[in-house]
Amino acid sequence: MTSVLSRSLNRHALAFLAALAVIAVVVPVLNLAVPETSAFHVPTYAVALIGKYLCFALLAVSIDLIWGYCGILSLGHGAFFALGGYAMGMYLMRQIGDRGVYGDPVLPDFMVFLNWGELPWYWYGFDQFWFACLMVLVVPGLLAFVFGWFAFRSRVTGVYLSIITQALTYALMLAFFRNNMGFGGNNGLTDFKDLLGFDLQSDETRAGLLIASCVALATGFLICRAIVTSRFGKVIVAIRDAESRTRFLGYRVEAYKLFVFTLSACLAGVAGALYVPQVGIINPSEFAPANSIEAVIWVAVGGRGTLVGPAIGAALVNFAKTWLTGSFPEIWLFVLGGLFVVVTLFLPKGIMGLAGTLRGALSRFRLKAGGVAVGEPSTKAAE
Amino acid sequence: MIVIRRFQLIALALLPLVALVLTPPSAAHADTLDALVQKLASGGFSARAKVVDELAATGDERVSAVLEALQGGDLFTRKSDKRVFITRSAGDELTLVDPISGQQAGTAPKSALKKIRVNNRLRRAIRAALGSLTLLNPDPAKRLAAAEAVFKSRDANALAALDTAIAKETNAGVKRALEEARAAALLYSDAPETEKIRAIAVLQTRGDRDALALLLGLAGAGKDAGAVAEVATSSAAVIERNLAAWNTVQNIIYGVSLGSVLLLAAIGLAITFGVMGVINMAHGEMVMLGAYTTFTVQEIIRLSAPELFDYSLFFALPLAFMIAGAVGIAIERGIIRWLYGRPLETLLATWGLSLILQQAIRSIYGPTNREVGNPSWMAGSLEVGSLTLTYNRLWIIVFSIAVFAVLLLILKHTRFGLQVRAVTQNREMAGSMGIRTGRVDALTFGLGSGIAGIAGVALSQIDNVSPNLGQAYIIDSFMVVVFGGVGNLWGTLVGAMTLGIANKFLEPFTGAVLGKILVLVMIILFIQKRPRGLFALKGRAVEA
Repeated sequence: MTSVLSRSLNRHALAFLAALAVIAVVVPVLNLAVPETSAFHVPTYAVALIGKYLCFALLAVSIDLIWGYCGILSLGHGAFFALGGYAMGMYLMRQIGDRGVYGDPVLPDFMVFLNWGELPWYWYGFDQFWFACLMVLVVPGLLAFVFGWFAFRSRVTGVYLSIITQALTYALMLAFFRNNMGFGGNNGLTDFKDLLGFDLQSDETRAGLLIASCVALATGFLICRAIVTSRFGKVIVAIRDAESRTRFLGYRVEAYKLFVFTLSACLAGVAGALYVPQVGIINPSEFAPANSIEAVIWVAVGGRGTLVGPAIGAALVNFAKTWLTGSFPEIWLFVLGGLFVVVTLFLPKGIMGLAGTLRGALSRFRLKAGGVAVGEPSTKAAE
Repeated sequence: MIVIRRFQLIALALLPLVALVLTPPSAAHADTLDALVQKLASGGFSARAKVVDELAATGDERVSAVLEALQGGDLFTRKSDKRVFITRSAGDELTLVDPISGQQAGTAPKSALKKIRVNNRLRRAIRAALGSLTLLNPDPAKRLAAAEAVFKSRDANALAALDTAIAKETNAGVKRALEEARAAALLYSDAPETEKIRAIAVLQTRGDRDALALLLGLAGAGKDAGAVAEVATSSAAVIERNLAAWNTVQNIIYGVSLGSVLLLAAIGLAITFGVMGVINMAHGEMVMLGAYTTFTVQEIIRLSAPELFDYSLFFALPLAFMIAGAVGIAIERGIIRWLYGRPLETLLATWGLSLILQQAIRSIYGPTNREVGNPSWMAGSLEVGSLTLTYNRLWIIVFSIAVFAVLLLILKHTRFGLQVRAVTQNREMAGSMGIRTGRVDALTFGLGSGIAGIAGVALSQIDNVSPNLGQAYIIDSFMVVVFGGVGNLWGTLVGAMTLGIANKFLEPFTGAVLGKILVLVMIILFIQKRPRGLFALKGRAVEA
């Protein structure tokens, strides 16, 4: 165990975990202990916002595991995120009890509104927190397992796979928009009151959720690190780089892909489950294909195949989104679209590879300009 | 056909004569009419209803104006001499019009008049009376509407009026409607069984949903147990079978219509995807550019040369092709060229581009829907049996097939097409044979985008033109391409039509949304079976 840990922790990983620990300690302290008049006080909305970024970071890490290391570009990961969110949302709905508008002790408001007599069978058990937590993992995991089992077995790869994952999330979006699905239709699930007896509106609960998000992100990150640094990790990288060759060497490519895909979906589900109590709503627009593609660009911005990069990318892009949609709503889509183009064209390794990319560009420029680039030929040869 | 037209014309010309002969225009008659109208002023509602029936029985044209006024609450009595007048409001006072002669009789303040009131029973009587009166109206369209009204009301009292109208009727279409109305009224009267059975036969020939409802009501009523109910049941069954057949035809035609829209949206994508193996996520925005080109062209025409409006689409088509094509070539040269061999990155970059294009259009034209007009030759609809087909849908079917044929010709019978196919099948080999693959890529991309542009012109005729237009079609287009397979236009055609028809057949059972979900799920499952689509290129590569 210790050997797995020591192997999976390099300089970047340690720095990242340390940064998470600092956020988990400092933000709640500055929010709860520092008086509001102080310049160091962190307002409550910022706590929720940072918590949201942490959830997105976990989603980005889960995408990086399959895209950065296994070459599977899923354009439907938002579906797993949203399913985890719905599982948590269902628990939170049941916790409302008779405090809803209609005061029904069992049925959520929207079911009373639709004149439903009793709870649908798939809502049973969601009044138990442990069951909801289990479903947060099982529902996205099961969907990913079934979908992946079909897709990988028949060797659907590349853009074809991307397109059908997109169709998957699109179909789910249409389905969840339907009122008679029993998930609140286009209003989704909202108006939550409390989680495990803690009031969701209180500062303490929000701080607790932020810490939980930090822990979840750190755990997800460690799991992914452990996988990619293991022998298993070498095989999935081999699959990414030469799938047929790996298959010819005797590895069961489908099984490897299926495992990482399912694990990644579970992580995305956890991210969604932590996201919902912090933003207070889950609705079918979370399934929108555009959301899933946006999540992919966080990974690309941060740097694929680094795990740390995507988490940073998610936080940065979403911070930019919060800021721009607030101050300059007109240009946000220009910026986002530009990011897609610029990152894919000029920053294939993202922010994490920024230094390397710049160094490479600089030395090429020097060579062209006739300047002496000491050591350049030898490093080229070494590569 | 022409012969029938001529007969109709003659009949129309003769109508006033017939009317003259048939309406006794004597002064004595006018007196009785006037007496009847004056009776409306006195008595209760039931007495008034009787008067209304008597008025209708006269069959006089002038009666309808009186009845309409009564229905609309415009019929008043003057308190001073109890005479009845039709009134029109003129400022504070009311203009009085004599109900029979139609001549103005001065004005009077409201206080000097008393409204003749109607209740619901009376209103029904008036409506039935008006119906049977209009049966003799000189305008065939009005007679047709009146016949339909009687058909719906099944008023047995109208039978006499119907019989006279049928005897006089010369227009074949109206005559048929009158006979159907008579049959409907007859079935709900106490006519003998044999006549009723004959009436059922008339209704069976009519064979639409109304006739079916009528017959089913008759079969289920039980009051006519025996032969009539039996015949009604069997006729209803025949009609139901016919309707089911029509319904199938309708689903197929609507499905083909939806399929042709999908074909237009997807065919450009199929070309670019087929040749370069990259999916252009900005394809939907090329469609949107085409639609906005149409909008701009129409705006310019509306401002500078409104008489050319009917030809606006002919200006828009080449313009849309050129604009979208030029943008496509720019995208290929500027972005996609640098990302060859990395299809997933291409997908992301073009997605980013689609966001930029959407926002650009939103900034220029605003986020709301823009109104694009239909030229007059695309407006209206065609009625076949119980189907209603709008002309713009029909034109789009024709248009998409034309586009498909032209593309097929380009790909099969031009030098450029040969090069495109060569690059699709084996890029390296084509390159070593001297084909400039880079140039082929750029031109193919331009062609595919240009096709998307003209698809936008067509879609602007049936859909909302908004910055989200492209987004609405992009996933469906992907499904068509993935389902149909790459590198073969026939695959795209079959894919588009199959998806369109499947959608329309599922809709009645599952609702539009669930139908769409089912189609998506079916495609996802289908891809498992045939990962390269229906019409895959055959090759020996491990990884296509």
